[in-house]
Amino acid sequence: MHSPILKVQNLHTWFETPTGTARAVDGVNFELYQGETLAIVGESGSGKSITALSLMQLVPEPAGYIEKGSIFYKNRDLLDLTWEEMRALRGKDIAMIFQEPMTSLNPVLTVEKQIVEAMQVHGTATGAEARKRAVDMLNKVGIRSPQQVVRQFPHELSGGMRQRVMIAIALSNNPQILLADEPTTALDVTVQAQILDLLASLQKELGMSMLLITHDLGIVARVAQRCCVMYAGQIVEEAPTSELLKNPQHPYTRGLLASLPSRARRGQELYTLEGVVPPPTRWPKGCRFALRCPNRMDICKNVLPGETALSPQRRVSCHLYNSDSAEAAVPLENPS
Amino acid sequence: MLRYIVRRLLHMIPLLLGISFISFGIQQLAPGNFTTVMKADPTVSPAYVRQLEHQFGLDKPWPVQYVLWLRNALHLNFGYSFAYKTPVAQLIFQRMGNTFILAVASMIISWGLAIPLGVWIAVRKDSWLDRIVSILSFAGISAPGFFLALLALLFAEHTGFLPVGGMHAPEAYFFTPWHNFTDMLAHLILPALVLGVGGCAGILRQMRGSMLDTLGEIYVQAARSRGLSENRVIWKHAFRNALNPLITLFGFSLAGLLSGSALVENVMAWPGLGKLILDAVLARDLYLVMGSFVMGAALLLLGNLAADIMLMAADPRIRME
Repeated sequence: MHSPILKVQNLHTWFETPTGTARAVDGVNFELYQGETLAIVGESGSGKSITALSLMQLVPEPAGYIEKGSIFYKNRDLLDLTWEEMRALRGKDIAMIFQEPMTSLNPVLTVEKQIVEAMQVHGTATGAEARKRAVDMLNKVGIRSPQQVVRQFPHELSGGMRQRVMIAIALSNNPQILLADEPTTALDVTVQAQILDLLASLQKELGMSMLLITHDLGIVARVAQRCCVMYAGQIVEEAPTSELLKNPQHPYTRGLLASLPSRARRGQELYTLEGVVPPPTRWPKGCRFALRCPNRMDICKNVLPGETALSPQRRVSCHLYNSDSAEAAVPLENPS
Repeated sequence: MLRYIVRRLLHMIPLLLGISFISFGIQQLAPGNFTTVMKADPTVSPAYVRQLEHQFGLDKPWPVQYVLWLRNALHLNFGYSFAYKTPVAQLIFQRMGNTFILAVASMIISWGLAIPLGVWIAVRKDSWLDRIVSILSFAGISAPGFFLALLALLFAEHTGFLPVGGMHAPEAYFFTPWHNFTDMLAHLILPALVLGVGGCAGILRQMRGSMLDTLGEIYVQAARSRGLSENRVIWKHAFRNALNPLITLFGFSLAGLLSGSALVENVMAWPGLGKLILDAVLARDLYLVMGSFVMGAALLLLGNLAADIMLMAADPRIRME
């Protein structure tokens, strides 16, 4: 594989809340390669959306802040940039689309104004050229009557149309990286498939990299080449998507996959992961999944597992795969 | 659009009828009428009082009085003031200009201060600046207008910078038109400030709250994610959407245009409608009170209509209906 275009190291994004410091993102590492789609999967509260906002440095202030870590893009640590330098990258090099197409477009501005504004601010195109390009972009995202849609307001469009407009805005400056935060969650199932296919084909056409945030493993299987599973502010498993789905290693990933309905287990009761994600203000001392884990060992309660590389492309954070801790666990498991 | 306005104007007719009937009825709830004071005066003959009551129609049952008043009002004849023996319309019209000047000046101050300040502290939520402005604005909401007016008079009296009360200097008759105008402005500053600062607080709270709501919206976050400058995000994306409740509030405030300043006018001796109306209510000057009530109600309804039209201009989602 080529060199990574984005390299996130040891990212910590915390929030000050009345009940204490919420460590929403707590030591995240991953790399995004040129032209690939990397999915970050996890349930709500796992910190995946905050990870995306951290890359943009748009974590809601003043409660939220990036405590430490680095985000390398084109050999520069984005966390060292000034606000203005970062602003110049937003929407130009790194663009973002959001979960709720109903609320992510400004209701009082026409579609045209919103697309044109995105281009104008980065000097991509201005005036009549920008307006023409807005129509082209709408065409590109599969809107059939772009001439008419540019003059419309968001409330006159359906959810799928709005998400297409959001994509058109995000791609209007030919970004290197697209952050897609649950881009299809709020849409009907048929529209979901259309939007995913659109994203995949545009990505190929423009050669950009995409970081796809989702809780839906079906979506991951459809568009992502690689996949990070996130739990309680950390990435617990990373693998190429096909391997992850065929052969999950972390007990959490196994649980997630087992709780999907499948033809092979027709008629059987669906598996459920017991319990919920602990509150981010009080992560357990040991493995954060320990309380819900069917393979729990004594060491899991007290020691946070480190990463174990299973192959150049696979890593997992679990004591089951860590030879040191597995050995250490044995005497605890069988005290006699 | 035109059809909508016409329809709204037609809706105002039954509303105004209802409002006038209720205002008329409420005034009958208190015992006595304009002649009550004269009856207590031994130098006024009972025959004269009866003659006056007959002349004013006060000896008829009040629903009949109302119908008579209404019939005249429909012909734009709002009756005579008992106290001034002058047509009500003429009395109100004479004072209206003065009140209008004061009200517009105070609205410019309150809105001009509240909107930028409200946005400004919303963006800096929970900073010490926000807290200070919040405390001041709560003080502004709580402090009665006449109290601020007294403070302003005290200030004028002690410093001598600005005239103490009134609208013109006593010698204004000899001034050139330009001098007369500047003299009026000097007299205007204090009452306009008192009214403006008092009215500012509520608008400021509303602006701050509404702005905080929109700043939390996803489209504001999305605007930032496109690399827009913070100024643009705040003014073009958040502020425009935060404006709707303020427009409604503005419509309501138009209703107070000619009546909202009564107390301050009284304290600061501004020769406006406020004093006229207050005196009229105290003296039970029935038709003068009715005239000003109906005018206030009509302004409220027109203000609401104006606000709705402005809302349609500001928000395409409202335009649809």
